[in-house]
Amino acid sequence: MSIQVKKLKKIFNGFTAVDDVSLIVDDGEFVTLLGPSGSGKSTVLRCIAGLEAPDNGSIEINNEDVTRVPVQERRVGFVFQHYALFRHMTLLENVAFGLNVRGVGKKERNEKARDLLQLVGLTGLEKRMPSQLSGGQRQRVALARALAPQPGLLLLDEPFGALDARLRKELRVWLRELHDRINLTTLLVTHDQDEAFELSDRVLVVNKGRIEQEAEPQKIFDEPASEFVATFVGETNRVEGTVQEGSVAWGPMRFKAVHLKEGTKASVLFRPNDVYVTSHREKGGWPGIIRSIQFLGATESLEIEIEKDLNLTAHIPKGVAALSGFTVGEQVYVMVPMAHVFASK
Amino acid sequence: MNNTITEKPYVRYTLIFLSLTFLALFLVVPLITIFAEAFQKGWGLYLTSITEPAAMAAIRLTLLTAAIAVPVNLVFGIVAAWAIAKFEFFGKRFLITLIELPFTVSPVISGLIFVLLFGAQGVFGKWLADHDIQIIFAVPGIVLATLFITFPYVARELIPLMQAQGNEQEEAALTLGASGWQTFWKVTLPNIRWALLYGVILLNARAMGEFGAVSVVSGHIRGLTNTIPLHVEILYNEYNFVAAFAMASLLALLALVTLIAKNWIEWKKGE
Repeated sequence: MSIQVKKLKKIFNGFTAVDDVSLIVDDGEFVTLLGPSGSGKSTVLRCIAGLEAPDNGSIEINNEDVTRVPVQERRVGFVFQHYALFRHMTLLENVAFGLNVRGVGKKERNEKARDLLQLVGLTGLEKRMPSQLSGGQRQRVALARALAPQPGLLLLDEPFGALDARLRKELRVWLRELHDRINLTTLLVTHDQDEAFELSDRVLVVNKGRIEQEAEPQKIFDEPASEFVATFVGETNRVEGTVQEGSVAWGPMRFKAVHLKEGTKASVLFRPNDVYVTSHREKGGWPGIIRSIQFLGATESLEIEIEKDLNLTAHIPKGVAALSGFTVGEQVYVMVPMAHVFASK
Repeated sequence: MNNTITEKPYVRYTLIFLSLTFLALFLVVPLITIFAEAFQKGWGLYLTSITEPAAMAAIRLTLLTAAIAVPVNLVFGIVAAWAIAKFEFFGKRFLITLIELPFTVSPVISGLIFVLLFGAQGVFGKWLADHDIQIIFAVPGIVLATLFITFPYVARELIPLMQAQGNEQEEAALTLGASGWQTFWKVTLPNIRWALLYGVILLNARAMGEFGAVSVVSGHIRGLTNTIPLHVEILYNEYNFVAAFAMASLLALLALVTLIAKNWIEWKKGE
């Protein structure tokens, strides 16, 4: 099924949580709403599910206006951040609940629930209570439960937010595989850009109740539409300047800004990963001094001083750093092949 | 035990001794006295005392009052707790305070409120007299006063629990296609069942044992408007100690059963 949201608006006690949001999710697509907490992304999801009533705008599911249709009749599967499993029911009863309330017989619904528990890899735990499960297992039960009434679309509200980093990564892979297998239209809400990039066909970046950018993951990362998107989806160096002769000057360095008018105040953003550092001068390289080296796990972070009070951060893969043998105080040369220039607000 | 984090032995033993002595003097001794006095003249008189017509009438009235107060306040308690825990509305804090009112007002005042409302000189007194309805000095007054006094028990148990549990499970049930009614019976009620039972046990004990408010509205008509506590007072004032303590022993027994039930529920809740 497809989702079409038009000019959605939701106000809580005078605070505009969702401000004129329009979006489309095609049948079978996996789309993510990515944004910081409080950006209104969860509210959009809850409006689509029918758990919140929008103050304005319309919601269509499969080209049918469901804005005033009660939640029970929207046929959506909803997965909550804190699982929301029914504490007093076994896993089997939890998964069978959606069929139970629709009057499906006990034998049939238990059979279906068993199949779903198998799908999420929890065969043999039918008689367990939710309290006897780990967080990751609980979330898989919640997903099986949401799928039981055969919903037309799946809405996931920060589903891995309460899990540790390793488990999150594991479940991410598993969820994408599951989506490819059952091909259910899915809308995910998350604040984790890795999650959004790894899972989605398309990402919508949300900020202050509005959609800032809508694109494929790669494009969001490489061509952020705004300064907010650029800073939200990854670490950045940020410098400010004025556009002169088609570029912004920062110390001796020049960043091309042909899309901006002369004299505009602009901010330049580039990722530490995109800074290229060499020990020997290469064409287009600018000299600088390494002021500090910090170990970050897979990468090393170099603080490089270009001129007095002009520092930038570069992230170098550990192997490369080891081969180059960078030391604090050493003179190096930097190049920034990829930078984003935005007009300052 | 680590000496750096605990009191000196003599402090510990003094505190334990003091609290146990206090407990024995003020709780255990009176309890034993009730039963000792009640059985002073043997089983025969005890049984006669609690089966004579006026005593049976008092027991019946007490059971009737509880039979009305418990289900009514059970329903109102759930409704009030639901409204407070699950919705945001104007005047919510005021409502929470109001629910506690019967606890903070002296029971005698609570009874007096009903006399002022429904008594012969009361606000609705004339209208009630014209329609030949008697509330004060009759069973309806006793039931109303008891309802008022026992209103907070269930709501007070449920509000913090329901607030802590939040709405997520109910929302999940709704997205799975459950109606509001199904959600209540299959999700909300099972989640609050132990707290609910706990509230009901306390509510029942108070409904049967209430003296002050009921005393004001009752009129003390023997065999008609006396509950067990009121009957105990009348017998005592007549120096009929065996009968008075026999009736009192019924309430003491109720208290013991309540305590055991309360502990059992707490243990189940913790499970």
